[in-house]
Amino acid sequence: MNEAPDTPGEPQEADRASAAAGRDAQVGETRLTKTDTLRTEETATADLPPAAIKAIPVRHWGRWIGAALVLAALAAIGLAFVNGDIAWAVVGERLTDGTFFWPAWETLKISVYAMLIGVVLGTLLAVMRLSSNPVLSAVSYAYIWFFRGTPVIVQLLLWFNLSAVFTYVDLGPIYRNEMNDVMTPFVAALLALGLNEAAYMAEISRAGIQSVDHGQTEAAHALGMSGSKTMRRIVLPQAMRVIIPPTGNEYINMLKTSSLAFAIGYGELFYVAKNVGTTDYSVMEMYLVVSVWYLGLTTIFNVGQYYLERHYSKGANRSLPPTPLQRIRGQLTAFRTPSKVGGTTV
Amino acid sequence: MSETAATGTTGTGTSGTEEDTVEPVLPMVKAEQVHKSFGHTEVLKGIDLEVAAQEVFCLVGPSGSGKSTFLRCINHLEKINAGRLYVDGRLVGYRQKGDRLYELREREVAEQRKDIGMVFQRFNLFPHMTALQNVMEAPVQVKGESKAVARERAERLLERVGLADRMRNYPAQLSGGQQQRVAIARALAMEPKLMLFDEPTSALDPELVGEVLDVMRGLAEDGMTMIVVTHEMGFAREVGDSIVFMDDGVVVESGNPRDVLTNPQHERTQAFLSKVL
Repeated sequence: MNEAPDTPGEPQEADRASAAAGRDAQVGETRLTKTDTLRTEETATADLPPAAIKAIPVRHWGRWIGAALVLAALAAIGLAFVNGDIAWAVVGERLTDGTFFWPAWETLKISVYAMLIGVVLGTLLAVMRLSSNPVLSAVSYAYIWFFRGTPVIVQLLLWFNLSAVFTYVDLGPIYRNEMNDVMTPFVAALLALGLNEAAYMAEISRAGIQSVDHGQTEAAHALGMSGSKTMRRIVLPQAMRVIIPPTGNEYINMLKTSSLAFAIGYGELFYVAKNVGTTDYSVMEMYLVVSVWYLGLTTIFNVGQYYLERHYSKGANRSLPPTPLQRIRGQLTAFRTPSKVGGTTV
Repeated sequence: MSETAATGTTGTGTSGTEEDTVEPVLPMVKAEQVHKSFGHTEVLKGIDLEVAAQEVFCLVGPSGSGKSTFLRCINHLEKINAGRLYVDGRLVGYRQKGDRLYELREREVAEQRKDIGMVFQRFNLFPHMTALQNVMEAPVQVKGESKAVARERAERLLERVGLADRMRNYPAQLSGGQQQRVAIARALAMEPKLMLFDEPTSALDPELVGEVLDVMRGLAEDGMTMIVVTHEMGFAREVGDSIVFMDDGVVVESGNPRDVLTNPQHERTQAFLSKVL
């Protein structure tokens, strides 16, 4: 069959034809025998699985060169910092001596409280914005327009100096106090950061709500559920899956933006870093120390976000993604029971 | 009433023979010159029909003929532009005082919908809840039933639609046919007096259609009033008490399914059926 004739001719053609016919007959024969001895044939082939492919993988020279360049650049920058005018002993000391423990707690506190205000008010604003009620929708629109359109630092100072407009907080017989006593740095920071965040959260929530299929609302209405109940029980829980990742992003932003509250004397991380730095002549050192603190806080938060997202992906995936712990456990047990790696994570 | 009932009651005549009801019974659904437009497109151009209690009423016709829209008007998911639509003697979505119509409040519309179950083409199960939670949701949230009572009924209903072993599964873990059966159980959990089916088998693989139709057949045997928008002519012929063929927003032909499907009078019906059957 393989002999390719250089000079094609009639007799050779005929030969080939007959040879082919012969082969066909042979094939027929082998087929016959194959069906006869099917069982033995199969077991025979099962004994001989195809050899696993052993190929030389593609070499990625570019990656090695790239990695080397990046490392070199990092080393150069690191060296510059080491040799720079920075008292590293002070950095190490201030990192560990607890100076920044309570300021970090203040940062955490203000950012969590402000974020809570942002999420609750933002969701409310989003629902208002999508409402068929023109008054609610317009109020929400105006709110977002104002609070998103002015700088946070300006809003902080506006709240802090509110006594220029309202000297007293007067709620009639219930409560009456001087504005300057009410508007402490904490309250001003809380209001400014929270209300500003609400404007951003409103847009995020709106996107989340609109991402839920309209059929869900119809199904809930068809069952006799009211609009507000449909929103609370059906739409918002599903919108959460879309809302949470950008909210995590917002929270990380909030952790850092809270440093602006130093301007009104609120004793969070940055405020203390600045004070310590100027009194001890260690400004740059303290900036490095708070950077580490901020990085630490955001890292911890990233872990929390992972679990929150996992919780709200219920029903969206056939099985929940494994937690890091489950993944490790799965890999450990994989040696013993390979079939239990996936799927059993719910 | 008896003269206008002529179109819808042909089917009731056959099913009513067992009970031998002579006195005029209030129709479950009554449509009088129902018009509906989306923008400038008129989708329903004056629908008149009546659906008697315990009747299985099939709506057939080509896509875009307005049959789904009409179904959605019955539970006020769509507002009609003209005409009158009654369910169990009550005007849908409005209250009439003298010759003035007052729009119902959202709460009142919800109140009306409690008695009307609806099954959607794309199931529309709540994906963040298990099958059991889907069925329990409305009785607990709308009727204020205790969870124990709702759970017991939900379990019974899911058993009835053959999903006793799937109660803890989320919709994404169920096949299309199973999801649609959960959706039927969810609608039944409100103990409706009328069930609307909007092409319940159109989004299903052919081999899953049967299991959903079986559940619907069982419902029909139990005497549920059902309005079914469908392309399943076999189901319409076998289970339907009456059938309406709609095209371009009007009722072209109506009557007993066995007559209409085997011996269509109208040219348009003949053309449609020749393609479908």
